[in-house]
Amino acid sequence: MIGLQAEIRKQENTIFMTDAVINIKFFASLREQVGLADVQISKAGVSTVMDAWNRATENRDMPENTLMAVNMDYVSAEHTVKVGDEVAFFPPVTGG
Amino acid sequence: MHIEIKDKPFEPYQYLLEYQDETGFAGKYGATAVFVGSMREFNQGEDVSAMTLEHYPGMTEKYLQKISEEAATQWNILDSLIVHRVGEMLPNDPIVLVAVWSAHRAAAFDASRYLMEELKSRAPFWKKESLTDKTRWVEKNT
Repeated sequence: MIGLQAEIRKQENTIFMTDAVINIKFFASLREQVGLADVQISKAGVSTVMDAWNRATENRDMPENTLMAVNMDYVSAEHTVKVGDEVAFFPPVTGG
Repeated sequence: MHIEIKDKPFEPYQYLLEYQDETGFAGKYGATAVFVGSMREFNQGEDVSAMTLEHYPGMTEKYLQKISEEAATQWNILDSLIVHRVGEMLPNDPIVLVAVWSAHRAAAFDASRYLMEELKSRAPFWKKESLTDKTRWVEKNT
């Protein structure tokens, strides 16, 4: 019984650990500069989009013209992030 | 209102005819404004032999939908269409098709211009050009 409870606690922990992340994406020239396309970072200690950049890139300088999106909407670097958010960084867009 | 991302070459004029036939609003519109953007074989003084268009799947569609809705709110139009290529392309390949239908020309002209300008500044697409001896990301939309 104790073994079972320990196992349940362990599973709950695992679920918690897996869930407490932010998904980060990089596109185009920024993906090549940073050398990352998709990464997950821990939410712990990360409150803004800027914090997420610093965690994911290990404090690399952010190029001045970088655009940022949270859950596919444009935001500023001060925007607050939540567990499970998708945060994207990319250079100015050049479609059309 | 229709948006589409295509990862293979498409023929914009044929696409337009087929789309217009399917909508069934013949007789309702007096104006159709059409814009087709194609790949040039030159840029910034250099020959460009090929191009790759990258996009952010999901966000691109979301923004094309958003700007289409904005145009429909601002102008009295019957319908709008945006088709945009991604992937590998060659000079002369069509990149984008924008069309707007309205009763009178002003709304069609203005809304189609709006769709193109907003697409160029907000929809997450990126162009990478192949030159003779290297590749380069296009950094500014002209």
